[in-house]
Amino acid sequence: MKPFTYQRAKTPAEAATAAARTPNAKFIAGGTNLLDLMKLQIEAPAHLIDVNALKLDKIEDSNDGGLRIGALVTNTNLAADARVRRDYGVLSRAIVAGASGQLRNKATTAGNLLQRTRCPYFYDTNQPCNKRQPGTGCSAIGGYSRQLAVIGTSDACIATYPGDMAVALRLLDATVQTVNPEGVARTIPIADFHRLPGNTPHIDTVLQRGELITAVTLPKPLGGTHIYRKVRDRASYAFALVSVAAVVQPDGTGRVAVGGIAPKPWRVEAADADLPRGAKAVTAKLLAGARPTEDNAFKVTLVERTLGAVLAEAKG
Amino acid sequence: MSDSGEFEVSRRGLLGAGAASVAVTAVPVGAAAQAPAPVPATTKLGFVVNGKRRTLQVDTRTTLLDALRENLQLTGTKKGCDHGQCGACTVLVDGVRINSCLSLAVMHEGDKITTIEGLGQPDKLHPMQAAFIKHDGYQCGYCTPGQICSAVAVLGEIKAGVPSHVTADLTARPTASNDEMRERMSGNICRCGAYSNILEAMTDVAETVA
Repeated sequence: MKPFTYQRAKTPAEAATAAARTPNAKFIAGGTNLLDLMKLQIEAPAHLIDVNALKLDKIEDSNDGGLRIGALVTNTNLAADARVRRDYGVLSRAIVAGASGQLRNKATTAGNLLQRTRCPYFYDTNQPCNKRQPGTGCSAIGGYSRQLAVIGTSDACIATYPGDMAVALRLLDATVQTVNPEGVARTIPIADFHRLPGNTPHIDTVLQRGELITAVTLPKPLGGTHIYRKVRDRASYAFALVSVAAVVQPDGTGRVAVGGIAPKPWRVEAADADLPRGAKAVTAKLLAGARPTEDNAFKVTLVERTLGAVLAEAKG
Repeated sequence: MSDSGEFEVSRRGLLGAGAASVAVTAVPVGAAAQAPAPVPATTKLGFVVNGKRRTLQVDTRTTLLDALRENLQLTGTKKGCDHGQCGACTVLVDGVRINSCLSLAVMHEGDKITTIEGLGQPDKLHPMQAAFIKHDGYQCGYCTPGQICSAVAVLGEIKAGVPSHVTADLTARPTASNDEMRERMSGNICRCGAYSNILEAMTDVAETVA
């Protein structure tokens, strides 16, 4: 790791101000992704602001019948919360489908949203990568791309957003609450939180410098059957090739979001309307305009088949 | 007993001396080639390890794993991949299992850390340590401290009702079934392949304690 200075922040305002004031500063919460990247010198912050003492670790009922999840609630505590298990099963399922028990005990809600891609070329510092080093080129295009994205990509980057939790949050229309160094709060719909790469794949999210996530909110429960189906190379502890999050109502209507195929959790609201017509119709709308590589073209078929399995399971 | 102890000490001493001599010869070359490196930042840290209050001055970059092994000489906790993929470094922090390689020591001010040395000692084994011996839950032993710390925490997580990927009904209490324990131990890799015996050891403890 490159040397860095370290401070423990006591309030969100202090953390945000410090991040804005200090060059090349980063927040650290669980650290499970950031420290991994710092050891590889893919990330090299000069200053770390420890946000663990900010008291953002509660899950509270919100006024509109939903939940307000503190930024520092761990993955384990979020998945295990009785309200989440009962009313937002797809979120519990998505979380426990990812990582290992040890990592979920440390990883936080906000940190999980901010985890970076697992594209092998992003991790290999000997290779060009526009996300790691802007302007150097994309090694994945024309390279080994089996794991990578089939839609939402650009000529600069075909990396996927790797997480599971955010796929469920996208399905549930969560919002991300932040505060900036001036103390101004902002609400970002999860659909707008992660960016498509375009010409600036090194910028993963719409967060501004010094802007700190304070909470994630869930609207009131949708009811229905909650399913998260993850397809991966191992039975456990592996990133998704394709994952499908769905809430299906008894009349066959519902909504669907997909992970492992795009630079952000992938949902096309217009496709939801086709759920009663089956997986083929939905997938056609979800993946319209997909540009798979030779290596990952299988994902297009895999989305349809995984969704088919999910809809069959929902019927019971 | 004392023979093996001395061997341990001298082997470690030799490794240390070897590393030091490499450093000595390397310094002049490096110093001539590049500007002096910035002085690393250090921070004072106080925490409780295996029931003992410890105070350290550590480089901010020191992981919890390295603080335990290098600063406190608690070498029971192992460094495998150093990237959170293998689980050899698993310890309990305030009773919760984590990968100590992916956590900075300075982030554990005031925490209570339990390592394999704190779970039990040869004359007073933790039930999980005794069960690993009884069921032959290891071969080379390198992953074993992490496996045991993880196994102890897994039974606690099941008892606390934390769901897993294989929990059929999210609203029911999970049980210490074979499938549940396998899934929950997937962050601890054993290259010797002692998995089935590890499961038997865990099952033994789960049945005895429950």
